[in-house]
Amino acid sequence: MSRIREAFTNGKAFIPFITCGDPDLETTKRIVEAAAANGADLIELGIPFSDPTAEGPVIQGANLRALTGGATTDKIFDLVGQIRQNVTIPMVFMTYANVVYSYGAERFCQRAHAVGIDGLILPDVPFEEKSDFDRACQDNDLDLISMIAPTSENRIAMIAREASGFIYLVSSLGVTGVRSTITTDIGAMVKIVRENTDVPCAVGFGISTPEQAAKMAQASDGAIVGSAIIRIIEQYGKDAPEHVGAYIRQMKDALRDLR
Amino acid sequence: MTNSRGRFGIHGGQYIPETLMNAVIELEEAYNHYKDDPDFNRELQTLLNEYAGRPSRLYFARKMTEDLGGAKIYLKREDLNHTGAHKINNVLGQALLAKKMGKTRLIAETGAGQHGVATATAAALMGMECVVFMGEEDTKRQALNVYRMRLLGATVIPVTTGTATLKDAVSEAFREWTSRISDTHYCLGSVMGPHPFPTIVRDFQAVISREIKEQMQEKEGRLPDAVLACVGGGSNAIGSFYHFIEDENVRLIGCEAAGRGVSTKETAATIATGSLGIFHGMKSYFCQDEYGQIAPVYSISAGLDYPGIGPEHAYLHDLGRAEYVPVTDEEAVEAFEYLSRTEGIIPAIESAHAVSYAMKLAKELGPDKTLVITISGRGDKDCAAIARYRGEDISE
Repeated sequence: MSRIREAFTNGKAFIPFITCGDPDLETTKRIVEAAAANGADLIELGIPFSDPTAEGPVIQGANLRALTGGATTDKIFDLVGQIRQNVTIPMVFMTYANVVYSYGAERFCQRAHAVGIDGLILPDVPFEEKSDFDRACQDNDLDLISMIAPTSENRIAMIAREASGFIYLVSSLGVTGVRSTITTDIGAMVKIVRENTDVPCAVGFGISTPEQAAKMAQASDGAIVGSAIIRIIEQYGKDAPEHVGAYIRQMKDALRDLR
Repeated sequence: MTNSRGRFGIHGGQYIPETLMNAVIELEEAYNHYKDDPDFNRELQTLLNEYAGRPSRLYFARKMTEDLGGAKIYLKREDLNHTGAHKINNVLGQALLAKKMGKTRLIAETGAGQHGVATATAAALMGMECVVFMGEEDTKRQALNVYRMRLLGATVIPVTTGTATLKDAVSEAFREWTSRISDTHYCLGSVMGPHPFPTIVRDFQAVISREIKEQMQEKEGRLPDAVLACVGGGSNAIGSFYHFIEDENVRLIGCEAAGRGVSTKETAATIATGSLGIFHGMKSYFCQDEYGQIAPVYSISAGLDYPGIGPEHAYLHDLGRAEYVPVTDEEAVEAFEYLSRTEGIIPAIESAHAVSYAMKLAKELGPDKTLVITISGRGDKDCAAIARYRGEDISE
């Protein structure tokens, strides 16, 4: 069983997203440790990109702060290596195709594996283009995470059949960011996924409250939260770790009793 | 030259969020259906002729030719099209296609504002809603075009993210499309982005080279020795090159914006300074740093101020079939002034990049050769900015 699968053996999974280097790499390390200590089941670590086209304003801001602060792919590999000494839950990188492609997919995946990363999420690499990356991922024991969107419809089965690690179900149209309501019929999407694979699926985009997380996780295997956490980091800066920890504890608690 | 997955050699592809995949598949299917549909083509041809004013003139620049004392210079006058640039060729095609697909709303990115104006124009003509994304920096450089778009009924949204120029406008238009797909067509303005856009835009712009070929036969009874056009994303260039690609004796020359020079960071010359990457839906060449962060490029020309180049150009470069040369701000401004004085034609500052290189090339080629420069747009929009460049502050 891959380490990612283990994230889904502890009830419904809570998956926070954190942009590495926002506000600085040292704080990122403490945030990740706080997240793991407070019940996060898997952590998505964002490698910042200059032009994050799938992100809303909040995560765009995190990318900009991280790059302005001097975060680079190599520094982030070093950071993850340090984090891995204390944190055992699965961690995946979330970044854009060009960050991996320009580094060299094989070289990137080798280093990612060496520092203890378990998977890779590339929001601008759909099913049809994954051949640029999946070989390097497989050769280095990384799961290339598939995404399924509300518009996927006839594509869900095809994507699910080749999925590994977990499936990232995009809850809503548009970019990342907090939403007051999510109207997509997640249950219907999950049903098609289940008919085609036993890979677990977690829902992300727009989730910020414990109630939303519980609702989304009830219909799937977990909830992913990014922008709401980034807003806490934006507000508290270097003091963010304890606040992020408290938030994650509250969110995981909301999922704990779900079946 | 396109395979089933929209590749030009290794370039192209569909590197976009899953949310948009069915939208581009639907677009490809609709395009494949309508591109050979006689009614669609008749309707488009009527619009191009009666509304946009095609065919555009191929003008023999006698004074310029005599002054330079080299090759005979012809100007392909896309600046004479309705709305003042080649952009209308593509927009009329895409707007008509979108309408056939049942879309009621067009969104677009714009750099210099010419594509935004063209899209706003087509939307007004066809009774569609229109929203244009434009870098805030560009809304200042091209204030007149912002007003034109609003006059035409479009909403202009200034983009403040990143460098607040064309690349950020493209990113924002993609974000908007991701959030509203069912009634909205993204009317992409250049031969870039995910498949099928580079193919669709090229096909709609290929009218330029089709006409050049016929007009050169009429005037000279032979093909030109070289065709020159400016390249940002590369739509007027691919349109000018396309029907000559098989004619290997015709040199195809794309003129990139070197800004303050290719040895500085203030440049937008992708072929000269970029490397292979994946961005804005396509694999191609991009100006980027060692970690793949897209560079904040610069050019005096808002329309060429883009860190990438269309995938078919990247492929023509790989093949050695087309040449790509950098032209600086200073050279482009000199050509802008030269063409205005010499022929009484004020070219867009984008097109002036091609004029500049043509002035050198004409002398090299010598009198028994001919070359064609595509004047992709008119320069009225640039007058205030060029005056500023020359230290003169004029209010528009």
